[in-house]
Amino acid sequence: MSTQPDNRDAAAWARPVDRLTATDGHINVTGRRPTAPMNGFGRMWQKTYRTSLGDAKISPSEVIAAWKEHFPEFWPAGNRFFAPLAGIAPGEVAALDLSMPGGLKLSTGVLVLFADEESFTLMTPEGHMFAGWITFSSFVEDGETCAQAQVLMRASDPLYELGMTLGGHRQEDAHWLHTIASLAAHFGVSTQVSAQTICVDRKRQWSRAGNVWHNAGIRSGIHMTGAPIRMLRRLTQRGREA
Amino acid sequence: MTDIATPLQVRAPSPGVTVIEISGEVTRESDAALKDAYERAGAGTRSIILAFDDLDYMNSSGIGLLVTLLVRAQRNRQRIFAYGLTEHYRQIFELTRLDEVISIHETEHAAIAAAG
Repeated sequence: MSTQPDNRDAAAWARPVDRLTATDGHINVTGRRPTAPMNGFGRMWQKTYRTSLGDAKISPSEVIAAWKEHFPEFWPAGNRFFAPLAGIAPGEVAALDLSMPGGLKLSTGVLVLFADEESFTLMTPEGHMFAGWITFSSFVEDGETCAQAQVLMRASDPLYELGMTLGGHRQEDAHWLHTIASLAAHFGVSTQVSAQTICVDRKRQWSRAGNVWHNAGIRSGIHMTGAPIRMLRRLTQRGREA
Repeated sequence: MTDIATPLQVRAPSPGVTVIEISGEVTRESDAALKDAYERAGAGTRSIILAFDDLDYMNSSGIGLLVTLLVRAQRNRQRIFAYGLTEHYRQIFELTRLDEVISIHETEHAAIAAAG
């Protein structure tokens, strides 16, 4: 093994973790392994959403600082990101509640895989719709400050893959187009957001079909249907204690 | 890669095995250099060994480039190996689960032996 002084990216990466822990008890997070694009089922996609903030005198580090601080606020209504107490920092775990068709809520989370002054990356856990990560970055190109979100992912299981082909891709595009437009608006910039989609791998990984066991959509639905029973149980316990 | 125009070193230490020397930084700006190195490795090579001895910095965009390189290699039925990772980068490979699909070795000799 090579031995070298600490790399300058050392502090920006999360420490290796086998399973995530959600401190607020959010379901479908604790005990889940982080998943990379290679661990998913569906076709692999790279989606890039980008905008220019014009020749605004905003530095990439200012863009990322604002994005980290206001991350949930830039999301479309109906989806919730529960930021970790320590903020978006390497190794932190955030819980998500995502609105699904039919009024259902999908509860899952993300791991902050990487975070520095100019970018941060969220990695998904088992059960999330996607296996992979999304990187939010800012950089100067042709004299303009740009903000970008880039997803590299596979749908986690066959059900999610079906959902992606039935409108899920459009929904995801709308989410990030809205998010980046909101970020730009934060800096007083009204701008077009471009989207580029590349199919990195057309093959589906049937060996990963078993990921459906962790499907957070199904588990969230089961959890929701059990809510009346849990409430009754709590009331009964209180009655006994009183 | 501190200079994005500088091509990566590509060499063939044994028949069917190509080494790509990853040096400097691996970030989103390394895309062209990595693609170029992969093209020079050639479709005929059966094993690609990534040498990380001189890697100074890698961010998450850089890891993403390694994933897409991996997909390209898998499509061409090529295997990918790596050596020269510091403990820090081994941990990153473990965290991103790249160690499940890229065989990691201590030395170039060991990687070539594994590549057959």
